[in-house]
Parts: sequence; C-alpha cells; structure tokens
Amino acid sequence: MSEKLSKKALDINVEHLTRVEGHGNIVINVKEGKLEKCQLEIVEAPRFFEAMVRGRSMFEVQHITSRICGICSTGHCTASVKASEDAIGFKVSEQTKLLRKLLLHYETLDSHLLHAYFLVAPDALGVPSVLPLVETHKEVVMRALRMKKGYSDMCDILAGRHTHPITICPRGWTKLPSKKELEAMKEILLSQVEDLAETVNIFQSVKLPKFERETEYVALTHSGEYAFYEGDITTTDIDGTITPREYKEVIHEYHVAHSTAKHSKNKRGSYMVGALARANVNFEQLNDEAKAVASALNFKTPCYNPFMNTVAQVVEIAHCMYDSIRIIDHFIEKGIDYNEAVTSWPTKDEWQSFEVKPGTGAGAVEVPRGVLVHEYTIDKKGVVEKANCCIPTNQNLANIDLDMKKLIPEIIGKTKEEITLFSEMLVRAYDPCISCSVHMLDVKFV
Amino acid sequence: MSKNKKKIKIAFFDFASCEGCQLQLTYLNEVFLDLLDHFEIVNFREVISEKSDDYDIAFVEGSITRKQDEERVKKIRDNAKILVAYGACACIGGINGLKKKYTDEEAKEIVYAKREFSLEVGDPRPVHDIVKVDHYIHGCPTNNNEFVKAVTSILMGKGYTPPNYAVCVECKLKENVCLFEKGQVCMGPITRAGCEAWCPSYGNTCYGCRGLLDDPAKDGQMDILKKYGYTVEELTQKFDLYNACRMEAEKK
Repeated sequence: MSEKLSKKALDINVEHLTRVEGHGNIVINVKEGKLEKCQLEIVEAPRFFEAMVRGRSMFEVQHITSRICGICSTGHCTASVKASEDAIGFKVSEQTKLLRKLLLHYETLDSHLLHAYFLVAPDALGVPSVLPLVETHKEVVMRALRMKKGYSDMCDILAGRHTHPITICPRGWTKLPSKKELEAMKEILLSQVEDLAETVNIFQSVKLPKFERETEYVALTHSGEYAFYEGDITTTDIDGTITPREYKEVIHEYHVAHSTAKHSKNKRGSYMVGALARANVNFEQLNDEAKAVASALNFKTPCYNPFMNTVAQVVEIAHCMYDSIRIIDHFIEKGIDYNEAVTSWPTKDEWQSFEVKPGTGAGAVEVPRGVLVHEYTIDKKGVVEKANCCIPTNQNLANIDLDMKKLIPEIIGKTKEEITLFSEMLVRAYDPCISCSVHMLDVKFV
Repeated sequence: MSKNKKKIKIAFFDFASCEGCQLQLTYLNEVFLDLLDHFEIVNFREVISEKSDDYDIAFVEGSITRKQDEERVKKIRDNAKILVAYGACACIGGINGLKKKYTDEEAKEIVYAKREFSLEVGDPRPVHDIVKVDHYIHGCPTNNNEFVKAVTSILMGKGYTPPNYAVCVECKLKENVCLFEKGQVCMGPITRAGCEAWCPSYGNTCYGCRGLLDDPAKDGQMDILKKYGYTVEELTQKFDLYNACRMEAEKK
C-alpha cells in the first residue's frame, strides 16, 4: 500500500460497531500519507462450540449449534441436521426436505428484512438508528414490524419459534403443520404483497455508495432451483461444482496476524458469500417476482458493488416470499403425511433397528449471510467425535478488508466523520454476524 | 402519554452469548412501541447506534468469561439501579458451561490445533458469580410473554420472581402427553417453569434451559429415569447441557 494519500494522518477507531450482530471494531490508520492499517477486528468472547459438541449425541447437536447465533439459529440447525444425517447415511423424505426449505425461507426473510430496515436504512436516511424513525417515518417502522411479525408468526407455526427452532431435528419434524396452519401461513404471505411493493419503493430511493471491486463469488448451486437448502458449491472463478463434503477444496480457512476469526480464500486473496454472491452465481433461477424486483431496483448481474448486497437481499425477499407460497400450495393440495412425525431422539424401541453407520459427513446450506458448512464425525453410537463449522461471516472477512483497502483511498478527501460512516456502511452491507464468526475464537492478538 | 413524562432509561448489554434473547425483543412488535411509552432505550448495540452510561435498568445477556468482561459487568453494576440477568447464559451460565469439561488449553487445541497465539479464554460463569443480580428472566431463548410480565412488574416497583415449580405443571395444563410415555427423556420434572412448556408443546423434550428448580427433586428424577430404564450417564448428559455451572458450584 504505497499509494500516497491526500490526507497526511487519519486515525479512526470505531469500537464495538453498532447495528451488527456481535462485537467488532473498525480500525483505520493513515500515517504520513500512507494507509498503514485498515481492518475489521473481532472482539467477541470465544465460546468453543467445536469443543462443546464433542461427546454429545447427534440428536442434540443441532440444539447446541443453534446457540452459536440467535439470528442464524435456523441455518445452523439445518446445516447441523444435514451433516449428522450425511455422516450416518440417513436419507430424509421429500416432505421433510420441502418443509426445511420453507423454514429456511422464513429465516432468510426475517434476517434480510431486519438488516435492510433496521440496520441499513438508518444510514440512508441519515439517522443513528431506527428509534428516531418511530417519530419521523412511523409508517416505515410499522411496515417493517408488521412484516417481521408475519415472519415470526410463521416460524411460530412451523417451528415453535424463530430463535432456536424446536421442531426441526435429525430424521424429520417433531410436529407437522395442520391444514389450518398451512392456510394461516399462506394468508400471512399474501397479506404482505403490498408491503413488499412499498419496500421496493423505499429501496428505489435509497442511495448507496458507488464503489466497485470485482472478487470471486461463492455459492451453492442446484440444477433445479435457486439454491438455499441443497446443492453443490461453485464459484465465479471455477468451472463445475464440488460436493459439500469436499468443501475444503474451495473454502481454504487460514489465520491472519491482524485479526482473529479465521479468514477464507480460494483462488484469489478473498471471496464473497451472501445474497450478492448467490445472485451473481444463480440469478437466472430466481423466480419471476424476484426478477421483477431486481429490474425495478436496477439490479443487474454481475454486480461488483458490495453495498448492493442489501439490494440483492431485497430481491431475495421477493424470491423467498413467492417460493414459500409455492411450497405451502403444494402441501395444501397434496396434504401432509402426519405419520412422518418423529421424536427428537429415537425411542428405546427405535434404537433396536436404527442404523448408525459411523463416518464423517457435511451439511452445506445457504443462510442469509452465505454458504454455511457443518462437518461432523460420528461414531457408531451416534455421538459426535469431531466437528467443524465454517461460517459465512468468516468467509467474508478477508473480502471486507480488501474492500476497505480499496475504498479508503478513494474517499480519503472526505471528512473523518464521512470516512467513518462509509466504512461502517461497508461493513454493515455484508451484514456480518460476529457471534457466528467467533463461535470459538477471540480476535485480539497481543 | 405526555412526551414530557420522565421515562425510565433502560440499557441492554451482551456478553458471551448468541444474542438471541435480544433478538426476541424485535418480535414484540407493537408491544415494543408501547414499552417505548414508558422506557427510553439508551443502549442496545445490536439494533441502535446511540450509547449512554446513564441508565436505570440494565439487562445483561450472556455469560461472563474473561477478565475484561468481569470489569465491564462491574461498571454496568455501578451505573445501574437495577440489574436484570436476561436469558440462560446470564442467569445460569447455560450452554456455555459445556466448555467446562475442558481446560483452556484443551479447548484451544481442539479448535486451533497447535497454533501459537495469545488468546484469553476464561471460565464461563453466570452474572451473579461476579456482581449482584436483582432479577432473573430465564430461558434459551427468553419467552416474550414472561419478559413483558417481568418488565411490567419491575416497572411498578414490585420486582419479579420467576416460578419455582416444574415445567410439568405448565405441560399438564397444555394437556401434552408425557414425554416419558413417548419413550423420551425429559428435564421437565426438575426444571423451572415459566416458558409455557414451550418445547414439549411442539413435540420436543425439555432440555432444562431455564435451570433447575431452587430445590429440585433430584432423587425423584433419578427414580423416574430408573423406572423408564435410563442410565446415570444418560441423565448426567441431560443435566450438563444447561446446568454445568450449577453442578460445578454444588460440587464445591
């Protein structure tokens, strides 16, 4: 970084960045016209989940890994049950799969909406948080709350609650929705059509910084659909795909001296995961409603502006909303087989015939912030011997740092306050989830 | 409600946790706006950028692990008139207690292999191990109905005492079939109620996230387990999941 900057000295230290999940600091340091340091530091307390799940049964491991992060708990549960099932060679039914897709959509909807309205919109409207908007833009806040309530009501029906879902477990579901409940969920989704249109209107007027840096985009991909629940891993830099079990061929985790959560790279110094990466990889598979929103928001792929991640999220809100309606319609028409309900653990009787083939398996899922992989080694009693969780936010950390290194020189002529705001906005655009990223790791290297 | 009314200032702080209990509050929706009639939120890092050290009630989420976290929670205690432990990690140590079976070095080696670096780890503890806690709102996650009940009660100056009867009481009221009858092991008989038997009502078992009762019938629970043919080892695993901190304290 030898480029001479117009500002001789600049020190920015945003301690405990707000409106992101978890504890992180932004540090920018310019000395004698040189950008010496600019990075996102992670300062969350370490929790060591990979150690915590050792020796625990595969029938409670999703209950534990769900607690890595409240916002992403459904994603962790889903990756977790998939990894356990893959490890022991258990295949779930089509009904179980489709209902898991539905629950994942609800989490994506909820998480994207929270990010777009509560975490990003305040910057665009020039206020420090959503609270002042209660006075000035009450209808906007009420709409966001109404949409969120719809999502949480649907999670309540399907999973008992949104944070740490109850009914999803290895082998299937402990409770299946009744016809009446399916209809209630459909009604909620249909009631949000207008709110979605208004949301698109708002984001048409939100001005996001013009900034571009092309990078490698990594996402799951599937021949039959815009991949969230299942698929293989691909990137914009490789031909073909790799299976979830081979995730280490793309996701190369490494440690860096300045920060602490593990970083990842593949072909270049960094890559990006999340809504923007998914859209860049799988745009053609979005449903028509989502494509219409993309066109209304002038969102075209390939898109190299990380700030547009929020716009890609709004596009995915449309996709998930209408795909949820499609899934619910399928069940209303075909009915649900209630004999498929399972207990969270096999009963003593079931254990007699339950086969556990010991081995290592992986579950890869697209969660709101990108591709999440859980990998478990399970012994013949169904107990976890070893675990690894590969977190989307960690995969983005190297990319955030490289974006900042390009962004700061471009905006160095602005005031310190503006530079701080822009770098905060950049980090927020990635919607980082720091609880997830440091599920085991502290970051201050001393 | 008059705008000039002096509102009670509340603040949320998070330590080692998933922050899911804070997230619960975003599901309060309109009730949240009603609460804003009575409260002014001056600190809530996950959702707002405003920050202040001037507050009446502090809600603390998460377990205390490192020295720096001990110092931080002590400062919060000094600033707050009332301190509420919010969620299982803060109230009982919760799932973080699972780390206790390892030393810091072992835990680090499992996650990072032999990599050399300085990492402050610390022992996961409930908040009351470090500072005085005035009230507890249990659960993993917390239950919003209980949160509103507790906050209303605290607001009226009555404080809040969580139920000291078992989850079974609420489960029976919901007319759920007993999970032991379905061949499952359940922590309900010795776990503090207040969640409306959330998990059993959705077909899962009670994992004990609200902590053991003040005086749990442990022998009774052992008898139930023996009756249904479970081993002590299976039982210990169930106790450990959320209650490792308390089990350790009782050993001492």
